[in-house]
Amino acid sequence: MNLIVNGESVETKAKTVSELLAERGVTNRVAVEVDGHVVPYDEFSGYTLREGSHVEIIAFVGGGCG
Amino acid sequence: MVVDDFIVGGKTLSSRLFIGTGKFPDRRLIPDVIAESGSQVVTVALRRVNPESAEDNILSYVPDNVVLMPNTSGARNAEEAVRIARLARSAGCGNWIKIEITPDSTYLLPDNHETLLATQQLVKEGFVVLPYVMPDLVVARQLEDAGAAAVMPLGAPIGSNKGLKSRDFIAMLVEELSVPVVVDAGIGRPSEACEAMEMGCAAVLVNTAIASSENPVKMAKAFSEAVRAGRRAYLAGLGPVRDKAEASSPLTGFISSLE
Repeated sequence: MNLIVNGESVETKAKTVSELLAERGVTNRVAVEVDGHVVPYDEFSGYTLREGSHVEIIAFVGGGCG
Repeated sequence: MVVDDFIVGGKTLSSRLFIGTGKFPDRRLIPDVIAESGSQVVTVALRRVNPESAEDNILSYVPDNVVLMPNTSGARNAEEAVRIARLARSAGCGNWIKIEITPDSTYLLPDNHETLLATQQLVKEGFVVLPYVMPDLVVARQLEDAGAAAVMPLGAPIGSNKGLKSRDFIAMLVEELSVPVVVDAGIGRPSEACEAMEMGCAAVLVNTAIASSENPVKMAKAFSEAVRAGRRAYLAGLGPVRDKAEASSPLTGFISSLE
């Protein structure tokens, strides 16, 4: 199916959030939003993706202030 | 020294130096920087994963025994900050969030009004909220009333290393607020961190001053020592300032007066 991942159109065989992360080689601890819904970390494997969904994959990066 | 811990969001902290993880010339320095700083609170940002490259994981450089304080940098209003906070918490790294709402791109000054709105919302959702603000006492009191775990005023613009330009206004927050006051931006030198602590600030957050130093690990240690010195001075109580000299030696029995 086709998804919009971080703003880009992506063709995928992944059925769940976990599978999508694995397919894209994301092994870091990340945050995921699907169609504006925040998916808790422990629900990644059970969260089913749908055709055309907008998925945001957000990682922690170096940053601060001061 | 007597135990001088302080409590933020129910967490007891003995180190009063918070550290940021941005702008280091080499991320591999970060574990040593954290260790030398003694910091127990470390801030990180959130960004979209780059689809082209598997990115380095900043979390792998941050030890498990520190509190992770994600920030909402990049947010331009309360709605965006709330969204980032929810995302950060969903990753399972705790419920601390530093609100950073900076619609101004030149000076990255915080929007106090939107920051208050985000704080009110996120406190309701159970976050430990630490808002980055302009040191405005009126807003700071509202943040405290809203349940902010600390208030984090800027000393000078983010990353400027200019020091405590807003010193007098920060002093008002220290005087009036019950929650910890943590100077969050602008500190460029250990002496400025020391001064903030002498004033009674609960802690300081330092990133650029350490990351842009020629030797970040050594500078982290310098900040650690400065913060401890400043805190100790505050606890000791500074002596009064006078306009004229006041002799610290006896004014009688001068040698020249001996006959």
